[in-house]
Amino acid sequence: MSSVLYETPGPRAKVRNRISNVVVVVVLLGALAWLIHRMYVHGQFEGRLWRQFEYKAIQKELLHGLLNTLKAAGLAAVLALLFGAVFAAARISDHKWVRTPATLIVELFRAVPLLILMFYFYFGNIQFNLGLGPFWAVVFGLTLYNGSVLAEIFRAGIAAVPKGQREAAYALGLRKNQVVRLVLLPQAISAMLPAIVSQLVVLLKDTALGFIITYGELLYVAKQMGGRLGYGFPYIPTYIVTAVIYIGLCSLLSLLARYLEGRSRRRRKITGAPPPLPLTNDPGQGAPI
Amino acid sequence: MFSVLTDNWPLFRDGFWLTIRLFVVSGVLSLVLGTLLGAFRVSPVPALRGFGTGYVNILRNTPLTLVFAFLFFGAAKMQLALPNPFWTAVGALTIYTSAFICEVVRSGVNTIAPGQSEAARAVGMSFFQVLTIVVLPQAFRAIIPPLMSVLIALLKNTTIAAGFSVAEAGAIPAAMSERGENQLLTLLWITIGFLILIVPLIFLQRWAERRTAVA
Repeated sequence: MSSVLYETPGPRAKVRNRISNVVVVVVLLGALAWLIHRMYVHGQFEGRLWRQFEYKAIQKELLHGLLNTLKAAGLAAVLALLFGAVFAAARISDHKWVRTPATLIVELFRAVPLLILMFYFYFGNIQFNLGLGPFWAVVFGLTLYNGSVLAEIFRAGIAAVPKGQREAAYALGLRKNQVVRLVLLPQAISAMLPAIVSQLVVLLKDTALGFIITYGELLYVAKQMGGRLGYGFPYIPTYIVTAVIYIGLCSLLSLLARYLEGRSRRRRKITGAPPPLPLTNDPGQGAPI
Repeated sequence: MFSVLTDNWPLFRDGFWLTIRLFVVSGVLSLVLGTLLGAFRVSPVPALRGFGTGYVNILRNTPLTLVFAFLFFGAAKMQLALPNPFWTAVGALTIYTSAFICEVVRSGVNTIAPGQSEAARAVGMSFFQVLTIVVLPQAFRAIIPPLMSVLIALLKNTTIAAGFSVAEAGAIPAAMSERGENQLLTLLWITIGFLILIVPLIFLQRWAERRTAVA
């Protein structure tokens, strides 16, 4: 294997690499063993800390938290896609009075911390008695932030379609609406898909902010569960279980994004379609909050 | 509208000052840790590459709030807690952000074609010269704009510390709530504060993008 930093290893380099490999594995296993020992010494493997997960009620509670997470993420995803579509359309408008405010709004929501966006709805609700619970604060906050990032992704996707496509379509006498709808969007969508999916991973992760504004999502449930005296404050077991759920869910979505990216890269070789946009998780695009 | 800010000026000042400190300290630490992890991921030793990959894949798929919760509530149970809330927040931000910086560094090095250093070696440059004259300058050009995005995200992410009773800017609304101040005006001022911090970074990023774009 050759890289820019080192050449294909010769016999001596191969031996050296093998030795460093063994050393690194030993060090890593040592660190892991130390961590597990540390947990053991402080009683994190005691039965009573883990016993709670055997109870139906606790499992139900976790499931309920997970459902709340998915509910907020699902609704916010749909709304964010809508928001993104509308604002992307506004940003590529030919009319300056449509384009400028849309650009300002998108830039603003991308620059403000997501938690502050949620606070607006949370405290606004308290101040004006709007009757919107923390659920809506989470959903609206996620919608505004991720919708703005998605608007940028949509816009970049349309801009990435080779210029000749648009010129040819105009030359045929199509109107702008038709050019975008019939020629650009169908090609852009496959290029955007990986970036969209990885933005949805970001959205799913960000539902955990609901914890701070007392929305009963998974992490909130986990915090309650970890603080139970009866089970000896099982924070670590609960967070391990929670982490496994989050990492599992997000990894599945990330895998999907990677698969889509690979697919559109392969297709591009054949058809010359626009290149896939960089995944948002590779933080070239939006912010990996 | 101004009275909300002026009457509670010390609260805003201290909050944003703490935000800036969180940002700078965890920014520097994540740059160091992230570059190290990035170096792991392009190293010839498979175990190091594996460790880097595992670290990045786990941390990027974990909510930052969960990392915070782990360090604030979990670590104490193993007596691994950091000395005070400030450093705990720095720890959480650093652990999370360095995964993203690692990716930026890795992709930056990967953008350079092996032929570049092969040619450099062919004209007799030493490894050090290859690295400093040929590889790094090109890698930096590719890295700086996405690196700025990560740092901007880090600055915004500092607000999460508010959920763990660290009195940075994100914690101002809760404190103001106790004083019975107008919450929306408070939030407006916090938004303005963040814009003042972030907009220069965004312009810097745009400038770097133009500056470093391949002609």
